[in-house]
Amino acid sequence: MEVTITINGQKVSRDVEARTLLVHFIRDTPGLTGTHWGCDTSNCGACVVLMDGQPIKSCTTLAAMAEGHEIRTVESLERDGRLDPIQMGFHEKHGLHCGFCTPGMLMTTRALLDQNPNPTEQEIRTAISGAICRCTGYKNIVSAVRWAAEHEAAMKQEA
Amino acid sequence: MATMDTATTERPIGFGRLKRKEDARFIRGQGTYLDDIRLPGMVHGVMLRSPYAHARIVSIDTSKALAHPGVAAVVTAKDLETLGLAWMPTISYDTQAVLAGDKVRFQGQEVAFVIAVDEYTARDALALIDVEYEPLPAVVNARKALDSDAPLIRDDKDGLLDNLASPLWEAGDSEATDRAFAEADTIVTRDIIYPRCHPAPLETCGMIADFNPNTGQLDIYNGNQAPNAHRTVYAHVAGLAEHMIRIRCNDIGGGFGNKVPVYPGYVCAIAGSIVAGVPVKWIEDRSENLMSTGFARDYVMHAEMCSKNGKITGLRVDVIADHGAFDSTAQPTKFPAGFFHIVCGSYDLEAAHVQVKAVYTNKAPGGVAYRCSFRITEAVYLVERMVDALALEMKVDPIDLRMNSFIAPEQFPYETTTGWTYDSGNYAATMREAMRIAGYDELRKEQAQKRARGELMGIGTSFFTEGVGAGPRKHMDILGLAMNDGADLRVHPSGKAMVSISAQTQGQGHETTFAQIVAEELGIPPEDVQVRHGDTDRTPYGLGTYGSRSTPVSGAAVAVVSRKVRDRARLIAATMLETRAEDLAWEKGRWYVKGDPEKGAMIEEIAAYAYSGEPMPEGLEGGLDAQVIYDPPNLTYPCGAYICVVDVDPDTAAVKVRRFIAVDDCGVRINPMIVEGQIHGGLAEGVGIALMEVITFDDEGNCLNGSFMDYLIPTSLECPDFELGETVTPCPHHPLGAKGVGESPNVGSPPAIVNAVIDALHATHGVDHIDMPCTPARVWAAMQGRAEPPQ
Amino acid sequence: MQTPAPFDYERATTVDGAIASLAEHGPEARLIAGGHSLLPMMKLRLASPEYLIDINDLEELSYIDERITEIRIGALTRHAELLESELLARRAPVFRDAEEMIADPVVRNRGTIGGSLCQADAAEDLSAVCAALKASVVIKGPAHHPDNPSGERTVGMDGFYLGPFTTTVGADEMLTEVRIPLRGGAGSAHEKVERRAGDFAIAAVSAAVWIEGGTIVDAGIALAALGPSTVIVTRAEEAMKGKAPSDELFAQAGEIAKEDCMPVPDGRGPVDYKRHLASVLTVRALRRAATRALQQEA
Repeated sequence: MEVTITINGQKVSRDVEARTLLVHFIRDTPGLTGTHWGCDTSNCGACVVLMDGQPIKSCTTLAAMAEGHEIRTVESLERDGRLDPIQMGFHEKHGLHCGFCTPGMLMTTRALLDQNPNPTEQEIRTAISGAICRCTGYKNIVSAVRWAAEHEAAMKQEA
Repeated sequence: MATMDTATTERPIGFGRLKRKEDARFIRGQGTYLDDIRLPGMVHGVMLRSPYAHARIVSIDTSKALAHPGVAAVVTAKDLETLGLAWMPTISYDTQAVLAGDKVRFQGQEVAFVIAVDEYTARDALALIDVEYEPLPAVVNARKALDSDAPLIRDDKDGLLDNLASPLWEAGDSEATDRAFAEADTIVTRDIIYPRCHPAPLETCGMIADFNPNTGQLDIYNGNQAPNAHRTVYAHVAGLAEHMIRIRCNDIGGGFGNKVPVYPGYVCAIAGSIVAGVPVKWIEDRSENLMSTGFARDYVMHAEMCSKNGKITGLRVDVIADHGAFDSTAQPTKFPAGFFHIVCGSYDLEAAHVQVKAVYTNKAPGGVAYRCSFRITEAVYLVERMVDALALEMKVDPIDLRMNSFIAPEQFPYETTTGWTYDSGNYAATMREAMRIAGYDELRKEQAQKRARGELMGIGTSFFTEGVGAGPRKHMDILGLAMNDGADLRVHPSGKAMVSISAQTQGQGHETTFAQIVAEELGIPPEDVQVRHGDTDRTPYGLGTYGSRSTPVSGAAVAVVSRKVRDRARLIAATMLETRAEDLAWEKGRWYVKGDPEKGAMIEEIAAYAYSGEPMPEGLEGGLDAQVIYDPPNLTYPCGAYICVVDVDPDTAAVKVRRFIAVDDCGVRINPMIVEGQIHGGLAEGVGIALMEVITFDDEGNCLNGSFMDYLIPTSLECPDFELGETVTPCPHHPLGAKGVGESPNVGSPPAIVNAVIDALHATHGVDHIDMPCTPARVWAAMQGRAEPPQ
Repeated sequence: MQTPAPFDYERATTVDGAIASLAEHGPEARLIAGGHSLLPMMKLRLASPEYLIDINDLEELSYIDERITEIRIGALTRHAELLESELLARRAPVFRDAEEMIADPVVRNRGTIGGSLCQADAAEDLSAVCAALKASVVIKGPAHHPDNPSGERTVGMDGFYLGPFTTTVGADEMLTEVRIPLRGGAGSAHEKVERRAGDFAIAAVSAAVWIEGGTIVDAGIALAALGPSTVIVTRAEEAMKGKAPSDELFAQAGEIAKEDCMPVPDGRGPVDYKRHLASVLTVRALRRAATRALQQEA
């Protein structure tokens, strides 16, 4: 069946099986291997993308189900050569080691900041509790999000 | 161009908290992990696995699968036999079936390999393969593996009549230990299990094998922690020419020891590609990863510890090591039990004796993995649990007992009772720093107040010394390959540099840290130093990254090769400045004339000169390159003091880690930010191992934790805000004074957490031992006086 | 990653259309909403429906409406919406208690109340929540019977579960709405113990009490993960009626819950521990429910 999904503002159409998972549809699109997978049971969060602004697990969504919705992946964060503050925060605060969970974490926390521009440490930890990181122990991820929140607040003040 | 003048704490030229160079691609989702690689004409392999833990294979019918549209091949043991690949050697000099022919010996064992146009099709075809099995009784309990009526697992091995995987291995002095116990005033005994757990990196294992029949070149893409060693193994196993094999690792989504072994899926992908002449990709799913790849630990230990006059004097340990169905543990050849005999710990013992027996069981093969430093996790867990057990018996504070028993600073280098020579340490200072950060006395007061109110708070300590950075070639080899690592440094005419290393990052920050070492030694800014790794065609030979060996071995290699370049540069500078080499002094980035400091040559100028047509010093070739293979004189011995605070719900028995204080001494820190990050990650793994991670089996050998629904990894909600400290006792033999650190947090944290849980429950419930994982159900059972080891 | 077997797929545009499709395609057809119970099972090939009817476009099933005597929740309402609802937090705080611990925040963006109840996993928190609140569900089927022209029937939670993973919803029916009765003096709470955040419960208890004039006039106590399906502890509910709330009364209810639950041993815990949790969590849930009820009164 032909499925058309808007990914990062672009319509992507492909003939796929009904059973094709959204994560595979995304990853088979040229340039979009930033969304990863790490388990079989919807636990690890490596596959998180935004659907209509909300984080979802793309491994537990059929590509067909995403038709008619706006999907945003990690590749959408950088705009016109400028990194999103959440990306900058992860770099500033050493919020990644191997980088495998990072796209899922970035999308989850980008959505968090969109809803809650000044989250507490506990709110950050709750927001990312659906994603596993095996490398960082989470502490620096929390710091990264706080850095991004403060940076965005400062940018708003300046504007 | 950045120079020494532009160096800042944010952007040091040398050691310091430099932000990572490799982040750029990862934060953009532009990493290249195995599954991101698509090659033209590539096909997919998927593995059919055994549902039984132990069974004879009566027949395999692949005809329906072969007829399925899109299926290119279905490979079984029979096919591999014709290629001599049905069995492969393991790192422990055993053999392992690539595809099961006669029998399956663990649930999840590889039985057939389907190659199809895509993964979905290949998985559909799995269901079409008919295998007839004749189930056999399974050996699941390591303690029963050597019973006279235990079923024989390895009937493929001539002359093996039981399930002994490795003969008894001993260290220490059993007579001296008997004497210490005879003279002791306190003795404690414990049966302690370090249960089976799994490194479970977020990216599973996989490979793309691409054999070009026209050139005979085999290109391999594979996330593995020791690419050079793997290349040598494939050459040996597959009868291929080693110089025609290239392994590229690109980006790896975590290793933690899981990506050290050679797996059947790799061999099948290679065989498939050689036969079909197209690239074959195999990448396992999470269940396969948990059920068939290298697990960690599974040590059943019996220990006794004794003390005299308030000081620990002796230790006796007896271990049954469960190796699973094939002995594929990875450790230096002369140490079949790895470094477990470092179980003598951080204490000035009179004597110790250790013996380890390895058995086969009907479970997945493995044992050495998950940041274990070659079994030091097991050793430290054992000794630190025993110290607490002894402290309970002696009715003394567990930190006081440690302080009274520590090896003293003036005793270094210290020869332990089991043959180690620890290099340096100031254990009491490290312990005191942890106590200071924790506010230990305040914690004890708080505990007393809470106890009076019926609240269960526990404080647990662990202190560890570990030996990392294997290792000296005269003692340490794996499969006959010396555990040395190389570094090639090239300084280009422009003064920019490339250093090629044989270490293999899986997230440890090598592209940053190793550039910092060159920067420290030569004054070339880190952004001008490219670190090349992960390509066996373009990097020197070495044994890779595991056992916390990157800094001790590769880091030393990079320091030494940088100094070689610096010495070369000195000779060239002398020629440039028309003076003698001995008249020159070095400041970072520059040789200058002693007594006339304005007159000098910066490293960039020396590089440009070295490649120009200008005359070189007598006997020196042009260019500014150097190569080194580093043979470490010894391991390095980092240590640490950890304190954990837990709260146990008195009714539900749920355990919460409220605080975790970790003071590590890993000598000189090249990039403290990266070191701290490594410690955070390892501590999180310790929380997982202590509270929730375990691989268990039922009586028939069915694996009960084969997915992330049941193999539970801590989330952000279970991990506390780790509090770190440091002491610095430089390594006397390492060129930078650095020691390894990556595994220390996983080594030291589980005993601190378990000690804390017992501390919470001892006074009120009489608990004096509990095995991991400390799940609510298991803690509750302990509180009822019914602590049981995990199955 | 594991992948599902092939199937056919359609996107429903109306409720009646979805039901008609179910009837047409028979027992191999399944509805899919959030899909976070069904798709994992399909990827592990534990379930292989041949026809999936995607009902995510049926926005008309997504609502939380306050009526005078009840709150009506559309079947497609997501866990995240239930968590954020201030209406539910005020009138039935057991929902927010439960939702804070159901799965994880990302899964909660997709999973629905209809899907959760129909999955009929004994460990499902929302099943216990609805049972304790004495909710009923509206089930719609093909309109073909003269006595039931709209094809709708209403079933109380106490008649909803027929056994493990089995509900009264027929192969050609759809759960469309959950109705939470509203009465004065209500208080409710959910208590759960899990091995780790996001895991299913080792045991969980939802409790609701309705207190008038200092006396409990009605109580709802439902247990998750403590039986083949949600366990309603009718005996304890009866024992509470007409009594004043007190620690002794809660302890008594806890003992009954401990006796009447039917836990099985598994990786989360043995039987004795689960029975112990039944009593501990019943006491805790009742205590908080009663406190909330009395705060409402005051």
